[in-house]
Amino acid sequence: MAAIAHDLLTDWGTVVINGIVAVGDLGIFCMRTISWLFTRLPRRETLLPNFYQVGVMSLPVVALTGTFIGMVLAVQSYQQFRALGLQTQLGAVINMSLVRELGPVLAATMLAGRVGSSMAAELGTMRVTEQIDALSSMGANPIHYLVVPRFLACLFLIPTLTIMADFMGVVGGYFFAVEILGIDKHHYWHNSEQFVGVFDLLSGIFKSFFFGAAIAVISCYRGFHCLPGAEGVGRAATAAFVYSFVMILMIDLFLTVMINSVYETLWPEGVSLI
Amino acid sequence: MKDSSPTTREQTPLVAVQNMHVTFGLQSVLRGVTLEVPLGQTLAIIGESGCGKTVLLKTIIGLVRPTSGLVRFDGHNLAELSDRELTRQRVRFGYVFQNAALFDSLTIGQNVAFPLRQHASESQSRIRELVFARLAEVGLPESVVSKKPAELSGGMRKRVGLARALIMSPELMLYDEPTTGLDPIMSDVINELMLRTRIQHEVTSIIVTHDMRTAHKVADRIVMIYPVSRLEPDEPQLIFDGTPDELETCGDERVLQFVHGEAGERLTEMQQTFSDRDL
Repeated sequence: MAAIAHDLLTDWGTVVINGIVAVGDLGIFCMRTISWLFTRLPRRETLLPNFYQVGVMSLPVVALTGTFIGMVLAVQSYQQFRALGLQTQLGAVINMSLVRELGPVLAATMLAGRVGSSMAAELGTMRVTEQIDALSSMGANPIHYLVVPRFLACLFLIPTLTIMADFMGVVGGYFFAVEILGIDKHHYWHNSEQFVGVFDLLSGIFKSFFFGAAIAVISCYRGFHCLPGAEGVGRAATAAFVYSFVMILMIDLFLTVMINSVYETLWPEGVSLI
Repeated sequence: MKDSSPTTREQTPLVAVQNMHVTFGLQSVLRGVTLEVPLGQTLAIIGESGCGKTVLLKTIIGLVRPTSGLVRFDGHNLAELSDRELTRQRVRFGYVFQNAALFDSLTIGQNVAFPLRQHASESQSRIRELVFARLAEVGLPESVVSKKPAELSGGMRKRVGLARALIMSPELMLYDEPTTGLDPIMSDVINELMLRTRIQHEVTSIIVTHDMRTAHKVADRIVMIYPVSRLEPDEPQLIFDGTPDELETCGDERVLQFVHGEAGERLTEMQQTFSDRDL
């Protein structure tokens, strides 16, 4: 019995210590990335391919995601709001949910899968095939050369893609609510305009900067610490998505609480849909 | 072709490894290794797979930090250097990786020009000129510059790796198993290139290999590393240090077993280890 307890304690202790070491390691990785960001920016020929990969190549998938979120929101809300006779308020509900929450979070989740996994797999392969060691051996800093361009691409382009997802969601929601469910166009837009403000739009975009930074740091870190072999690269790609997704949700909760308290301070009376 | 001057060992060492230990987790890879490489010498480090040869090479260039002990390059303790100073020192090294480690996303021309673009302010036309000169030196035509590494054969990739390592005219060349995976003719081409590099560029070289032909043909000094797991607690890890001729007359059975490529009791030992583990 004592031996089993001892083994359990040892196992849990190892898990806790490894967890603390990993968090500390990630923190150092993050600080080194930020320090290089302010020391010397990467060259244009290093930045542009990363901006193209993250921004341009993600456009179709993000646009599609945004459109479908808007349409699904319209379908889901319609039944409940019609029962209360509030179907004309649908525009406010769809657009508010989109720009404050679903647009940024689902766009970031989609990008963690598309961009984050690909970054982790690419850097992991470079680690396994000694390309990262080759960079260091030639006097190039791998964080500066590989991580900073990807970090900048995610930091600036994930918010831009979020704006695209928001826009396509608004279009998708409008199309389904007005053209298919037959809600009055004038009331749909009037209610949206009344309840969805610039603050709501900016709060969603503000969050997406943090999502972008988290996706870049976590994915590059997983790639840099990839285990050998094809299995190691596969695991790095999966872990990059899983940890990025969890981090997106945690950051979302934290920032939503913070943004709501700012909102309540600025507008103590708030707004009501009814 | 080799120039094994007897005075070489009396010169100031370019590389000095002092009582170095490297441990990964609980596994000790290098234990108390002490080694000096004088300027101009070509040293071959031999030993069986997994004995720590590559780790030693990576420690010399500062890619792996020693758990304890010192590595000095031209008098500089690499562990104490700032990032900027380490970068400046690394330009003095040329590292040829086992699988060439060419950047997949770049063309051959961009790969070879990479160190120049990072550190030198040469014009585009001068960079082109230098790239073509280095590629010609390793026997590659100008037409390869626009190709991607995946389009080349293993031997060609190794030669591109050598051209890239030479582009900054380094003082110390590090070769990690340069002939592994190549056919005998291409292996000898690489051996010839290493010899020519030494003569044309007057570099000091450290070659990690388990190819005895390479060690005999290129090196003027050979050291042999033995795996820590097979050593007694007080035994040194470098079990041989001498010239290629001395290697042939060495009395140590472990050295002779490696040189002559004899399995001995190894297979039985391995099977015993596995059956003990299964139990």
